[in-house]
Amino acid sequence: MRLNPRWVDKLVRASLLFQAFFTVAILVAIVLIVFVRGIPHINAEFIFSYPEDMGRHGGIFPSIVGTVFLALLSIAFATPLGVGTAIFLTEYTKESTLTRVIRFGVESLAGIPSIIYGLFGFIFFVIKLKLGWSLISGTLTIMIMVLPTIIRTSEEAIKAVPRNLRMVSFSLGATKWETVTKVVLPSAASGILTGIMLSVGRAVSETAAVIFTMGSSLRLPTSLFDSGRTMAVHFYILAREGISMEKAYATALVLVVSILLINIAAYYTMNKMIAKYS
Amino acid sequence: MDVKVTIRRLKVSYGTKEVLKGIDLDIYRNKISGLMGPAASGKSSLISVINKMIVFEDGVNIEGSVSIDGYDIINGNIDEVELRKRIGTVFATPIPLPRSIYENVAFGPRLNQVNSRHELHAIVEESLKKAFLWDEVKDRLNESGLRLSGGQQQRLCLARTLALNPEIILLDEPCSGLDPISTAKIEEALAELKNIHTIILVSNNTKQIARATDFVAFFYLGELIEFGPTDRVFTRPTARRTEDYIQGKFG
Repeated sequence: MRLNPRWVDKLVRASLLFQAFFTVAILVAIVLIVFVRGIPHINAEFIFSYPEDMGRHGGIFPSIVGTVFLALLSIAFATPLGVGTAIFLTEYTKESTLTRVIRFGVESLAGIPSIIYGLFGFIFFVIKLKLGWSLISGTLTIMIMVLPTIIRTSEEAIKAVPRNLRMVSFSLGATKWETVTKVVLPSAASGILTGIMLSVGRAVSETAAVIFTMGSSLRLPTSLFDSGRTMAVHFYILAREGISMEKAYATALVLVVSILLINIAAYYTMNKMIAKYS
Repeated sequence: MDVKVTIRRLKVSYGTKEVLKGIDLDIYRNKISGLMGPAASGKSSLISVINKMIVFEDGVNIEGSVSIDGYDIINGNIDEVELRKRIGTVFATPIPLPRSIYENVAFGPRLNQVNSRHELHAIVEESLKKAFLWDEVKDRLNESGLRLSGGQQQRLCLARTLALNPEIILLDEPCSGLDPISTAKIEEALAELKNIHTIILVSNNTKQIARATDFVAFFYLGELIEFGPTDRVFTRPTARRTEDYIQGKFG
């Protein structure tokens, strides 16, 4: 028996629609639960005041600061390193044993569970380098953790830039570096930015690796060598220790909203970039 | 007549495959020299030796000499980046950079540290005019170069090259994907440009070669079969192969 192709087409369409709907529905459900349970406990005081009694009362200001610094610093370190590695792999070397080894290393790093990064960071940065549980230990650990993502997405984005464009640039008397900075990177920017955004998301939401390296102090971190507690860690501890589910969900809400805001900002810059370089 | 480029015993091979088998050729200043021949005859390889884009290919071996104004760019000590600023290239497919029309043309001058708005604007306008594109784009210079039609894109690429005021302009089958009207505009532009620049036009369209060039070199499987003034080659070819090619018997 042969199915009527028109019916197959309709069926496929309906099923794809359902799948897309299902995916969005899950996202909406998660956000909704966080909103419904978090909103009653959110107010200016929650955002701008310090926690009291292990977080049972008060706000999460130090955690917001800790999260922002951890994410900003780790991405600020990881981006030049990761994009630089990607440029080296794609523009400055030919396929060789060296590039294969580097690529294999990067792939392997990407598959390691975050707690292993945490343990490494604990042993190396916290103990060996005597940096202690601190913002800097956390930053360096998260930097290593997100590097593979940034390298791989940047590499793919750079590879997707047509060879023709490089040839045009060279033919106009551009050096290699000028070609990379004026032609390749602008064209690859939106792809690279996607990798950076994924990394910001991971930095903001990481718990295991952060607890091991940055600690979970509730005090406001005022230097690189202070311990601190990110929002994700705060949520984890509040929920896990049964300290306060209300405060836990309120924290989760702030976390989710900040991730949404970061994404919106990123898409905005990305669109501006695309408008300029297309 | 004044010789701009002197090519002597030029051999080019990729690995064991020889694509140019000892070429001797003079390119005259302020003339349009055509390179014609069937596919794989070595025309494009010759072009990429002159602009040294050939260094981006793997396993290339070059022998012989290519001299520009008497200076050997194969064996002499030459800065390829500086050389390419003196030699403009227009590729077979139009390749606008993904940026505005204005910024496409300003790309080369900006590399040369021309940053004054006034100066840049003058260069962009002049180059677009020389490429016969100004009237069509003057009101939308900030639009993306990718939005132009194929023929306009190719003239944009020509303008981008002209913005560097190159001594030599290499065009590698620039009209292969263009309609007759766009082709005519490019040929019209070239006829004007040869007063200032030395032009080498690769084409496998014999009619275009006959229309647009002053001299023509016929290549076949890496050998230069015949070279001479276009009128003479097209009316009284000396080699049998040239005659067959012109008459469309092969190629």
